[in-house]
Amino acid sequence: MKTWNNKAWFMVLPVLALVAFSAVIPLMTVVNYSVQDTFGNNVFFWAGTEWFEEVLASDRFWAAMGRNLAFSAIILAIEVPLGIFIALNMPRRGWGVPVCLVFMALPLLIPFNVVGTIWQVFGRIDIGLLGRGLYALGLDYNYVNDPIDAWVTIILMDVWHWTSLVVLLCYAGLVSIPDAYYQAAKIDGASRWAVFRYIQLPKMHRVLLIAILLRFMDSFMIYTEPFVLTGGGPGNTTTFLSIDLVKLAIGEFNLGEAAAMSIIYFLIILLMSWVFYTVMTNYGTEKG
Amino acid sequence: MARIELNHIRHSYLPEPKSDADYALKRVQHTFEDGGAYALLGPSGCGKTTLLNIISGLVHASEGRLLFDGRDVTALPTEARNIAQVFQFPVVYDTMTVYDNLAFPLRNRRVPEDLVDRRVREILAMTGLEHRARRKAQGLTADEKQKISLGRGLARSDVSAILFDEPLTVIDPHMKWALRTQLKELHHRFGHTMVYVTHDQTEALTFADTVVVMFEGEIVQIGTPEELFERPRHTFVGYFIGSPGMNLLPAAIDGAAARVGGQSIALPGRPGPLAGQRIELGIRPEFVRLGRQGMPVAISKVEDIGRKKIVHAELEGQAIAAIIGEDAEVPAEPHVIFDPAHLNLYADSWRVDMEGRP
Repeated sequence: MKTWNNKAWFMVLPVLALVAFSAVIPLMTVVNYSVQDTFGNNVFFWAGTEWFEEVLASDRFWAAMGRNLAFSAIILAIEVPLGIFIALNMPRRGWGVPVCLVFMALPLLIPFNVVGTIWQVFGRIDIGLLGRGLYALGLDYNYVNDPIDAWVTIILMDVWHWTSLVVLLCYAGLVSIPDAYYQAAKIDGASRWAVFRYIQLPKMHRVLLIAILLRFMDSFMIYTEPFVLTGGGPGNTTTFLSIDLVKLAIGEFNLGEAAAMSIIYFLIILLMSWVFYTVMTNYGTEKG
Repeated sequence: MARIELNHIRHSYLPEPKSDADYALKRVQHTFEDGGAYALLGPSGCGKTTLLNIISGLVHASEGRLLFDGRDVTALPTEARNIAQVFQFPVVYDTMTVYDNLAFPLRNRRVPEDLVDRRVREILAMTGLEHRARRKAQGLTADEKQKISLGRGLARSDVSAILFDEPLTVIDPHMKWALRTQLKELHHRFGHTMVYVTHDQTEALTFADTVVVMFEGEIVQIGTPEELFERPRHTFVGYFIGSPGMNLLPAAIDGAAARVGGQSIALPGRPGPLAGQRIELGIRPEFVRLGRQGMPVAISKVEDIGRKKIVHAELEGQAIAAIIGEDAEVPAEPHVIFDPAHLNLYADSWRVDMEGRP
């Protein structure tokens, strides 16, 4: 028989208190707003699920959601293969290693709003290197007026900012592979593709899972960089959920709807992350 | 199957080797005959693995040429050499099944699938891995992993040679013996040229017909296990092979006798002129007779190792070992006699011939 000592619960108290202040209480405030309505004077009425129904029925919400999903899909489709490709081609030994690592880490060290500003200036057609350059080449590029150009610029910016993360994680996975594997593969006559498929990819599998999860969550929550670059425009073409949420909460001061939207937004990210995680951890083991 | 010729092979891992000390392999000139079972024996860092990797093409020698059946393969990459190699630490592709692991080297070379199947089944039976064939190669013991590695090495029947780089290091002792016997059997059945690298003399002596002993990047002796034991060409071979190794006593030559301290030992023949060199007399502990006659020694320790006893003693201030039977008595005033038929003479570590004896 095990002796149960309930005093052990006291040990958990400090953590509980911390989590309560950092997560539970703020979250509950949002929940609180989401089920009430007010006409001012700090008087609240019970609204039930009205706000949720309103959010889920609004075209504006679904349009922003569609843009978010499209954005995450596009940047994952670019950054993951590109990151793997760069990691595979980075040197394994010699002076090139620290040089490459530092260059790769640089974009990750820049604050988000600075990244937005850099690209905002970079893309300007009057003084920006990119905008001016494309203009000189005779291309009709203008991220302020043209939705496609705005999207291309935002995606380029995200790829520039975050591919390094995928590269560094993959590289860490790659350098952990002992030389003996490559030697054995040579003896076995494995092609370049077979080496990648059966040696390198399985070894990168775990870190790649982390990279994809991080990139998905981060890109789904993207706010600062497009806000600085385009402010959600032209029109609403680059208005992502987070930008829309801020407009709703602070711009229109529609607290109830914004709170309901936050909760939906949060649940979606939680669900997606769980799906990704389950799929990727089960991949490769279920057939065994 | 092929005859492998190493023609003045030298190798250095440094970009610009200057002296002999910069070379991991100093001038290797040797031929592995077609269908032979060879052991490359030597201590860690003597260049065994380098030599093996040069044969398989994982390392390209700095100098010299490599020929398979007279065909120059020096510049060919590993894939083009048709060599199988098993490494010290097991390599298993763990996203594949055990079956696919064994089929991998065959499929990579576009062997027809029915042939692959037949061959893989043979290997599975041989290694006793049939019950795991369809399972992913994950969560295996070190033994099983190394069996898969070995199996992949043996899968191709048309290889020029199979190279083993200390393949049984990670395997349990009883399993080691069984696998080694199997390898030997395979060698008899298929007649592949096999080169087996090890630092374990028992492993080398039981596996190979010919043992190649390496020391500091050089081949010091090539011979049958018996030759290595009876007539070590280099003091290193005498010391490395046998347990304990050969006794080596600094000596001076006086006609057909050797002087060790105040003792004079008759040699079986008269050595040639050996001016100004470091002379040593070598005698294996097995051929040192302990008794009441001969040269007086002072015994320091007697080790009982089961069926035999090892006697450590001092002769004229030099440590010497003798092996005696487990029931043999150690006399109160011990003396030793060296069996003259098994005396070897070394000048600067290399064996010198004596007249009237090979």
